[in-house]
Amino acid sequence: MIELTSIHKAFNQGKHNEYWALAGIDLAIPEKQVTALRGPSGSGKTTLLTILGCLARPTEGRVRLRGEDISGLPERFLTEIRRQTFGFIFQQFNLIRGLSAIENVVLPAYPTGRPRKALLEKAEALLADVDLAHRREAKVEWLSGGEQQRVAICRALINDPEALIADEPTANLDTKLAGEFLGILESLADKGRTIILTSHDPLVIESDVVNVIVTLRDGKIVEQ
Amino acid sequence: MLMKIWIEKQKHLIDFTLASLARRKGKNLGLLFIYGLLVFVLASVALYTHALRTEAQKVLAGTPEIVLQRLVAGRHDLIPPGYIEKIGRIRGVQKKEGRLWGYYYDSVVKANYTFMAPRDMKVERGEIIVGPALERSRGLATGNGISFRSYSGELHTFIVADVLPQSSELVSADLVLMHEEDFRAFFKYPDGHYTDVAMSVANPQEIRNVALKLMDALPDSRPILRDEVLRTYASVFDWREGIMLALLSAAILAFGIFAWEKAAGLSAEEKREIGILKAIGWETGDVIKMKFWEGLLISLLAFLLGYVAAYLHVFHFNSLLFEPVLKGWAVLYPRFTLTPHIDGLQVATMFFFTVFPYTAAVLVPIWRAATTDPDTVMRS
Repeated sequence: MIELTSIHKAFNQGKHNEYWALAGIDLAIPEKQVTALRGPSGSGKTTLLTILGCLARPTEGRVRLRGEDISGLPERFLTEIRRQTFGFIFQQFNLIRGLSAIENVVLPAYPTGRPRKALLEKAEALLADVDLAHRREAKVEWLSGGEQQRVAICRALINDPEALIADEPTANLDTKLAGEFLGILESLADKGRTIILTSHDPLVIESDVVNVIVTLRDGKIVEQ
Repeated sequence: MLMKIWIEKQKHLIDFTLASLARRKGKNLGLLFIYGLLVFVLASVALYTHALRTEAQKVLAGTPEIVLQRLVAGRHDLIPPGYIEKIGRIRGVQKKEGRLWGYYYDSVVKANYTFMAPRDMKVERGEIIVGPALERSRGLATGNGISFRSYSGELHTFIVADVLPQSSELVSADLVLMHEEDFRAFFKYPDGHYTDVAMSVANPQEIRNVALKLMDALPDSRPILRDEVLRTYASVFDWREGIMLALLSAAILAFGIFAWEKAAGLSAEEKREIGILKAIGWETGDVIKMKFWEGLLISLLAFLLGYVAAYLHVFHFNSLLFEPVLKGWAVLYPRFTLTPHIDGLQVATMFFFTVFPYTAAVLVPIWRAATTDPDTVMRS
């Protein structure tokens, strides 16, 4: 689905603190599979994830989405691709405080201009899927960590994206909740979604849900 | 179809904006209050002085085009007998007549009245017609008698024949109209002398020429044009407005700093939210539009609230708060209700200077925050 060719990514380029987070990545993300990126802190997992999810552009190299080169696209187009193709689940969940669960879920759909009624129906269905229908009007800051993550999952799915991107999804969950998360992940994978995640949680990496494991170190792939 | 999507999108943005405003209720209500207060004060001053000016113009419209005064050593002096005849015939002057008026200090209410012997109104001997302020301060009514002690020490008693209408109060508040002979007797005004000469000129183009001819014919005279009086009134009101605004400038400045701080200083929470919105698929433009709606809603609401409150303050509560500064130039304050008058240009100017800067101030930092890379949220 996504192909990366000799991807390099530098931060603070040209400055004294220049830092290369990725140093030549060649990777193909298979469609309808769960791919896990693992590696120690600073190995470049998150940076690679941002490039795969069109949140950032590589300093060098090519990104192809379904065969089309998207590495040189201006931000506007990249945003549109991101919105249509990817749903994001962040490590800190990144929900908007003060808004209810359902309002958080529909947020990514606002720029699409879909009618509000249809959006709310879809959001309700998603919340029901993760057993959160009863918490739809609760402000997100009142929800538990597990509930917050499920809201974040629903939010990632509101635009019905082809792929889900999750950054350290179990980092803030205990074993039981992590297990529940894997359950949700499995059902999503069964429905044919492409899932890319970073993790150094053995519970995730060693689970049967994950099809492909990519190991990174110092900005390079060391094992696949 | 595209239009429908666009409208739906704007509706979503406004929805989100309203939800955002409600989330920061305290901050936004505070901002709305201070902002509205500023508009209220500015609009009150503007509406009030504008209405006063309009009122003065309306009143002065019926006054003579030229008033001729005689000067001795640069000071106003009486018009002696035969002086009016000296003017001769000047083309364009329709009517010229001597006027009799003067000031009287009433120690009872510690106020000055204007005594006048009108030409166009008949007042019987021994009677007076008084202005509304006098009616109030001395508790007079038609048929009452009142005595004034003249400057020569004699006591003169008059019967109040009538009270002037409220509608003319701006200029007639302290007026006392009396018969010419009563006036002369009261002030010991020599026969044949007048206070000044009023002239009417039909063609406004001719007024200046007539004034020049008058100065030629009577070098010791000073013609005062109605336009000049109007200008003087205007500048008096402008001056008062200026004083008011100068007094307010500190408040305006404080508001400016406050608004800038509120608008320009994005909180960490707001920055985080913008990052999230961008990461989940909002374009920079969507974020800016949303914040634009936010700024516009606040400033528009503040403007409307402030302006309506100012309108009520000026036209229904008689400018309770600024009355002493804006109105008083006589001891007997005229009490009058201004005719509601709104000037489109004035509203537009005020709108431009309040709504526009705030909305702009909101946008600058948002633009900066909204153009940051969406991946920053992954790293927070």
